[in-house]
Amino acid sequence: MSRLPQRIGALGFVLAASASAGPLSAQDTTKAIDNGGVRVILEYNPGVRPGIVVLPATGLDSARAIVQRDLDYSDRFEVVTLSNEGGGVGSEGGGVSYGIYKSLGAAFGVELTTAGGGVMVRLHDVTAGRVRNQQAFTLPATTDPSFRLEVHRIADEVTRWATGTPGAAASRLLLVSGGRIYQIDSDGEGLTALTPAGQTALSPAWSPDGQRFAYTILGNGRGGVTVQPLAGGTGVQAPGTAAALNITPAFSPDGRLLAYAHSDESGTDVYLANIADRCCAQRLTVGRYADNLSPTFSPDGRRIAFVSTRAGPPQIYVMAADGTDQELLAPFDYGATGASNAPEWSPDGANVVFHREVTGSPQIFLVDATGRRVRQVTSSGRNEDPTWAPDGRHIAYVSDRSGLRQLWVIDIETGRVRQLRTPGAARLPAWSRRLSRAAAAP
Amino acid sequence: MRATPSLLVLALVGLFAACGGKSAPEQPAPEPTPAPTPAPAPGPSDADEAARRAREDSIAKANQMAEAARAVAADLAAMINFEYDQAAIRSTDQAVLDRKAAILAVNPNVRLQISGHADERGSDEYNLALGNRRAAAAKRYLEGKGIDAARMEVVSYGEERPLNTGHDEAAYAQNRRDEFQVTAGGDRLVAPQ
Repeated sequence: MSRLPQRIGALGFVLAASASAGPLSAQDTTKAIDNGGVRVILEYNPGVRPGIVVLPATGLDSARAIVQRDLDYSDRFEVVTLSNEGGGVGSEGGGVSYGIYKSLGAAFGVELTTAGGGVMVRLHDVTAGRVRNQQAFTLPATTDPSFRLEVHRIADEVTRWATGTPGAAASRLLLVSGGRIYQIDSDGEGLTALTPAGQTALSPAWSPDGQRFAYTILGNGRGGVTVQPLAGGTGVQAPGTAAALNITPAFSPDGRLLAYAHSDESGTDVYLANIADRCCAQRLTVGRYADNLSPTFSPDGRRIAFVSTRAGPPQIYVMAADGTDQELLAPFDYGATGASNAPEWSPDGANVVFHREVTGSPQIFLVDATGRRVRQVTSSGRNEDPTWAPDGRHIAYVSDRSGLRQLWVIDIETGRVRQLRTPGAARLPAWSRRLSRAAAAP
Repeated sequence: MRATPSLLVLALVGLFAACGGKSAPEQPAPEPTPAPTPAPAPGPSDADEAARRAREDSIAKANQMAEAARAVAADLAAMINFEYDQAAIRSTDQAVLDRKAAILAVNPNVRLQISGHADERGSDEYNLALGNRRAAAAKRYLEGKGIDAARMEVVSYGEERPLNTGHDEAAYAQNRRDEFQVTAGGDRLVAPQ
């Protein structure tokens, strides 16, 4: 605490430099960053995304539609759609009409063919006129609950073949709507309620393996943290959360520990419980009537970013996972910078995303975890409670731009925004890691 | 099951014993006491009037007590409000809490639940912590006035239970509040002198 004023002075400059760069919006293609006195311009070139075409696939229409949409949502390709689909433009007799796809501007062609109980997937390099990758995938029946997730895994693999980095389609989000927790596929399909009606459930969080989730049930102004298997079955209460109010749970990367905030009359503090051994809640912060909440682990599990009101309005701090070395993470200008909340560490560890109030409305920001530089991502409407996609370049958040608080997804590389449609208002999203086949149920 | 004749006899004896039980143990009759000399009684109309007045007085007193108890209960339940993102007790609300402290002092069995609430603008989860801080602030204030901490519990609803579902400053101001609910000892409230 005693070191804080010096740090605020130094870091306030960084914020001012960052703010001068202006917010990134869907239309922005450049971004200026002050780098130690050198002004660096990063260029975003959505126009150079390679074209990709998903060939008509006999008997695999639904899988093809899912793959095509996933490739579009990956924001790594310009998806070329065919005007006369199924009209003989595709592969004929095992050959692919490279010339046609080349003329349409496609650099890649994705071919799906039925093979035994599954599907053979080929990625064609249209320019070179050859098959670049191919692999057989087993695919359950379209009525199987795991069908969509398996197709998403195909799309993610195709993205990896073409770009070197897998996509994020085989993932799901948890969200809160009407007091219930739901899960929804990354493409907005498969909305499923996970908690019963008639409760006030909050703060859903994924376990790293996608098999469990933790959440708070608020009842009579109090609430414990429940850890529940997604496949069904009874949840268990996290150690140390039986009394008072316990919110904002977060799993450690190895899934053995659960950090959460415990509120009682002495304030709100971050605790760490060993859920693997079901014991030993350890207090990490000592607020003395200040609030410390919303912990989020770095991917290596060594640090925890969190919100604290120790200097007045809530701001983003960081500490070692044992509670030592607590310091400011996202610089702020005391008395001028708005409240900052809801941090989440990126999957690659490079950034922490959070929301910060700008002239009364929350906006999405990033802070570089090492350089402590702050960058604004959204600028219009209310945008809050961000969560990272497993690809580390998409962020889902709550926005009221449709008039209702619903989920939106932004690609921070291109600024492209899409809505993740839910029937009613949605809040507190949490994006899973990439999900394996075992996570497909229920 | 069929009753045997001997059981019937026993039952009849029992029945007679029950009927005549009061006179069974012989007691000497008490000496008749002389009737008291009647005092000059008021006329029938005066007696009725006095009874009527007594009844009215009694009803009025009961009403007054009920009214006073209602006023005390209302003072105990009176909400306090907060500035945006603040948990400090406003000077205008100190009198409201002072009144509660005085009531709690003369009603030692009363227990209070203090619930903190926030408006919808802040972060959903942060608002739960903020509501908790607001409830705790009122509890600490009352403790400072000598009220035993064990008589007050603190809970928070964050922004989950708005009083006013509007989306303007007037609604927000109403929703940033502490509510006070008597959880025990509230049936015979007395007013402080």
